[in-house]
Amino acid sequence: MQKDVIVSLRGLTKKYGNLVAVDHLDLDIYRGEVFGLLGPNGAGKTTTILMILGLTEPTEGTVRVAGLDPTRDPLAVKAMVGYLPDNVGFYEDMTGRENLRYTARLNHIPPAEAEKRISALLDTVGLGGVGDRPVREYSRGMRQRLGLADALVKDPRLLILDEPTLGIDPEGVQEVLALIVRLAREEKRTVLISSHLLYQMQEICDRVAIFVRGRLVDPGPVSVQELVASGRSLDHYYREYFQGGDSR
Amino acid sequence: MVCAKEIADHTSSIRFPILFLLVGVTGLSSMYVGAQSIRETVAREGSRFVFLRLFTTSGTLPPFIAFVSFLGPLVGLAMGFDAIVGERNRGTLSRLLSQPIYRDDVINGKFLAGLAMLGWMMGSLGLLVAGLGLILTGVPPTGEEVLRVLAYLVVTVIYIAFWLALSILFSVIFRQAASSALAGIAVWLFFAVFARLLASLIADAFFPVTQDSPVDVALRNARWQLALARLSPTVLYEEAIVTLLNPGIRTLGPILLEQVEGAVAGFLSPGQSLLLVWPHLVTLVALTAGVFGVAYYLFIRQEIRA
Repeated sequence: MQKDVIVSLRGLTKKYGNLVAVDHLDLDIYRGEVFGLLGPNGAGKTTTILMILGLTEPTEGTVRVAGLDPTRDPLAVKAMVGYLPDNVGFYEDMTGRENLRYTARLNHIPPAEAEKRISALLDTVGLGGVGDRPVREYSRGMRQRLGLADALVKDPRLLILDEPTLGIDPEGVQEVLALIVRLAREEKRTVLISSHLLYQMQEICDRVAIFVRGRLVDPGPVSVQELVASGRSLDHYYREYFQGGDSR
Repeated sequence: MVCAKEIADHTSSIRFPILFLLVGVTGLSSMYVGAQSIRETVAREGSRFVFLRLFTTSGTLPPFIAFVSFLGPLVGLAMGFDAIVGERNRGTLSRLLSQPIYRDDVINGKFLAGLAMLGWMMGSLGLLVAGLGLILTGVPPTGEEVLRVLAYLVVTVIYIAFWLALSILFSVIFRQAASSALAGIAVWLFFAVFARLLASLIADAFFPVTQDSPVDVALRNARWQLALARLSPTVLYEEAIVTLLNPGIRTLGPILLEQVEGAVAGFLSPGQSLLLVWPHLVTLVALTAGVFGVAYYLFIRQEIRA
C-alpha cells in the first residue's frame, strides 16, 4: 500500500553551542497514522517538534511538512498543523469560546463557520456546558480539553500533541484517546504524540520511536502491532533501553 | 488582528482605566486651580494666549503639563511591561506563534495597540481640559492656540510612546514581569530625577565655575550642561512642550545679557515655535523608533520554549 509521507526529517540537527539537542535525525511520518515520540526529558522531543512547526531553526538538515519547509513557508505550515503544547495557556479573562474565537480569527476562518466549528468542538471535547465561563475558572483537565479543541479549530491535517492526557481524569482519558484514534482513522488526520504514558501510547499508537540524547534508538520507529504480536509490551521495550543504561 | 485584541484587553482590564483616571484627575485638578488664578496672571502678563495658560500656569498645584510629563511615562511603562513576558508566563506565547501569523505581527500589534490607547487618552484629556477651561474662564481659544495644543498632544504621545517601546523591550528581555517593570521604573527615575543633576555635575567637573570665573568659562559650563542634559528624552520633551505652549519663548539655551539688550518682546508664530524644537521632535521619534527596533529584533530572534 502506497503511503503518503506527511512529515519528513533528513539529517535534522539542532545545536545550542556545544550541546547537540537533536543529532542527525532521519524520520518519516505517514499520513493518517498515530505516531508516538517516547523518551526521557531532554532527549530532544520538544526541540524536534518545534522544528517541525517552524518555531525553531535547524542547525543542519531538512524538515518537510507535506512538502513544505517550515522555515521558508511558515504560514502555510502553521495553517495545517494544530499544536497542543505541554502546559498550554489561555487568556484567563476570556471565556473558552472567546479564546477559540481568537484562534479562529488568526486562522482567517470566516466568523459564521468558526462559530459552528467552535460549538461542535466544545461538545466533542466535553466542554459543552462551560464554554462561556472564563478560563480562569477552568480546572487543569478542562484547560487540557480546551487546548485540544484549540488545536482542532483550524481543521488541521497534522496534529502535534505534547502530553495530551496529562491532567485529565481517568474516564476523560479514555474519551480523549478514543477521540485521537477517531481523528486519525475516520478523519484521516495524522497525529504525532509526545508522551511518557506508555500504556496509553500502546493503546493508540501505530508506530513509536524512542529518543535518547537527540537520536532515535537503533531499530528506529517500531510498529506497535508487531511489538505486541511478538509478546512484548511497550513498557518492556522501553525499559530495555533504560534498565541497564543505554549503549552510548 | 492582534492589535484589535490587545486594544480590547487594555480597555477591559482594570489597568488602563486606573492610569487614565490618575492622569485625568491630577491633570484636571491642576487645570482647575490654574483657571482660578488666571485672573492674576492675565493682569500681570497681558491677555494674549489665555487658553494656553490653562495648561501651563501653576496655582497651588503644579501645572497640567508637569503632571502629564511626570505621570505619562508611567502610563507607557504600565501598558508594555508585561507585553511579551506575560504571554510567555501564561503559556499563551507558543500557542499564539503556532498560528499562521507572522511573529512580528505579535509585537507590532502590541505596540500599535498601546499607541492607539495613548492617542485616545491624550485626545480625550485635551478635550476635557479645553472644555472645562472654556466653562470656567469663558475665553475661547484662537486658531493658533488650538494648533499649539494639538502639537503638544502629538509630542506627548510620541514621548510616552518612547516609554511604551522601552517597556516592551524590557518585556522581551526579562523572564519575569516584575523585573521588566522594575527596570522600566529605574530608567524613568533616572531620567526624570537624576539626568539634569548628572549633567550639571559633569559640566562642573570639566568647567568649574566660581564667583569670578570669566564669562566664557561660565558660558561653556552652561552649554555643556544643556548638551548633556539633552541626552535625556525627558529633558527633550520638556523643552519641546514648553516652547510649543509658550509663544513668548524664542530661544533655547543660555543667552547673554548683551544678546537680549534691545530685543523687543514678541511672540513666535506656531510654525516658528515648531521649527525651534524640530531637532527635539526628530530625536524623540528616532529614540522611540530605535528602542522599538531593538525590541523587535530581539523578539524575532528569540527561541520560544514555553
